[in-house]
Amino acid sequence: MLHVSDRLNDHFSNPRNFGSLPDANAVGSFGTIGWGDAVKLMLQVDPRTDRIEQARFQAFGCSSAIASSSAVTEMVIGKSLDEASGIAAADIAEFLGGLPPERMYCSVIAYEALRKAIAGLRGKAEHESADPDALCDCFSVGQMMIERTIRFNRLTNPEQVTSYTKAGASCSSCFKKIEALLARVNADLVEDGLLPAAQAYQVGSMPQRVLEMKPRGDTTPAANIFSAGNGVPAHLRAAPKPAPPRPAVTAPAGGADTVTLTELIEQAIEELRPHLQRDGGDCELVKIEGNTIHIRLSGNCDGCQLASVTLSGVQAKLIEKIGRPMRVVPVP
Amino acid sequence: MSVQPARLVYLDNNATTRADPRVVEAMLPYFSEYYGNPSSKYALGAHAGMAVKRAREQLQRLLGVEHAHELMFTSGGTESTNAAILAALEASPRRREIITSAVEHPAVLALCGWLEKTKGIRVHLIPVDRQGRLDIMAYRAALSDRVAAVSIMWANNETGVINPVVDLAELAKEHGALFHTDAVQAVGKLPIDLRSTAIDMLSLSGHKLHAPKGIGALYIRNGVRFKPQIKGGHQERGRRAGTENVPGIVGLGMAAELAAAHMADEDIRVRALRDRLEREIVERVEHCVAVGARAERLPNTSNIAFSFIESESIVMLLDRAGVAVSMGSACSTGSFEPSHVLVAMKVADDAVRGGVRFSLSRDTTDDDVDRALAVIPGVIARLREISPFCAEEGASMTLNRAHV
Repeated sequence: MLHVSDRLNDHFSNPRNFGSLPDANAVGSFGTIGWGDAVKLMLQVDPRTDRIEQARFQAFGCSSAIASSSAVTEMVIGKSLDEASGIAAADIAEFLGGLPPERMYCSVIAYEALRKAIAGLRGKAEHESADPDALCDCFSVGQMMIERTIRFNRLTNPEQVTSYTKAGASCSSCFKKIEALLARVNADLVEDGLLPAAQAYQVGSMPQRVLEMKPRGDTTPAANIFSAGNGVPAHLRAAPKPAPPRPAVTAPAGGADTVTLTELIEQAIEELRPHLQRDGGDCELVKIEGNTIHIRLSGNCDGCQLASVTLSGVQAKLIEKIGRPMRVVPVP
Repeated sequence: MSVQPARLVYLDNNATTRADPRVVEAMLPYFSEYYGNPSSKYALGAHAGMAVKRAREQLQRLLGVEHAHELMFTSGGTESTNAAILAALEASPRRREIITSAVEHPAVLALCGWLEKTKGIRVHLIPVDRQGRLDIMAYRAALSDRVAAVSIMWANNETGVINPVVDLAELAKEHGALFHTDAVQAVGKLPIDLRSTAIDMLSLSGHKLHAPKGIGALYIRNGVRFKPQIKGGHQERGRRAGTENVPGIVGLGMAAELAAAHMADEDIRVRALRDRLEREIVERVEHCVAVGARAERLPNTSNIAFSFIESESIVMLLDRAGVAVSMGSACSTGSFEPSHVLVAMKVADDAVRGGVRFSLSRDTTDDDVDRALAVIPGVIARLREISPFCAEEGASMTLNRAHV
């Protein structure tokens, strides 16, 4: 069981100011049932003095989420809007005598709800749902929110990003993206003199956590590429049809995105590797030239008469991953 | 937070059970009186060796095992399942596939995930229906002579739903695949007679049947090729090296004997208590569903999914009220995701994070159930008062769309 402070325990067992506030003129909500936690914060602000007269909350989630929401209402009542907008997630955690490290996101959701309520009242309604870059698809956590959380809480490692935002807590396939974003924001913080350079996160300095407890099973398309027929050895099965090349609508023009392209291709090859290794083969990326990808097949694949079948499978996978037609050429 | 075990209503017996005082009593002499190593040749060692032999026979009778030496003592359920699956793969290197179900315990799923990722083993995850029953058609389709091992749990730890493992083992045998069952929750609660089945391997854990933690066993049918996963000495006929946990083994033996003696009575009494608890909760609390209640279940387990609230907060508030229950598997706690069992059973989105498991045992009394029933409706109502999803009708939808 998580060890919690008495204050947090108290705010969970006897939450203050819960329920709806019909006269609220500032409302902010954050999170969904699918995300696992949700907070709705309602404030009644006196328009003449800008002072928060009353605050109520509703919360769905774990004990820390309920305590954080309760805490935030106590913290803002009687404060002016300016004072209230100075409250950070860390202040909420501190008010409660600290949150368990893996529950830090609870203070973040309470903070985000408060931020939205104040922004809404000041007419700066954000269309957060239009945040186009859901960085973590499992929990649909937006890039903006993660960036903000890293900046305000001075996060310096990907583990923290996960405990503060849940991003990467499920399949961790967005780990690379979190890493890149964290490194960029940390670099900005260093530039602004807010973070000692020695503490800034560097891409690759932390190994990706093995979070994927659950096997993917063989129902996922990636695993099916080489397993179309039953009872036929993998290397004798019919080649899967390459996916029809999708028009590259959003894909940026080649060249500028070579780095991410390389990453994508390596990711795709990484996913294919177990299937090749099952038959004693292997493959590796040699180089990328425009729309041509050079690949080296090794092990049993090397010299196998059905190598072309394997290659078309690799090609189909890459096209699926990249979203535009690519040519795959074997290199000896 | 002071825990007062005497007053606590303990309804989390699928997580662990109280060691029976008779079990503890049987174990005590083997700590400082007969502390010999069973491998030693002198009398003190032989005495310990005899105790291990007796315990093996007690367990043999509970499980209906043909020969006592088919039972191997381990440190618990997780070690047993890991050893069974890894040994099966090692014994038939040409077979590179595993069949398991989507609702297995992490001890099996995490291992399969690891094998899939690092060893290129193909894993068939057999889905379940809304009541948690295995999809037999999918199971049949996945079987082939490429399958090294099938690992299907006898009874689910979160819902108690029972799988027809005896039939499943027959099907696996037709394809020459080894059949392993994780019977951690089933042993001591269901009559088991391994002699009459085609089950090749069975895992069990002591602390789920009133023995202490840190002791378990793996049944390996005579003739099944087993490769030791822990290498070293020749203990357990060379299949599991390491000095035997003699007190633990004695405790497990005693617990097995007690389980066999109590099973028939407890099945009736505990089932009645469980049914009353479940029926009254569903009657008195709105918007909740007993998960897997229409399937064949263990007599002691009930999983109820409450809509609009989150299970961790339910568990914590019930703890304050002196009732210990759990949110799904204790092994998955700390994860951000809802229970994989409830997800696999396609429990509605508004309830999938509100699953609470009540699990009883022969220690549970009528009074325990009364006291639990006295607090549960209040706790649920309290949390629903706080929840934004049920205070106002219709509000749930809008909030669900307002993404982060």
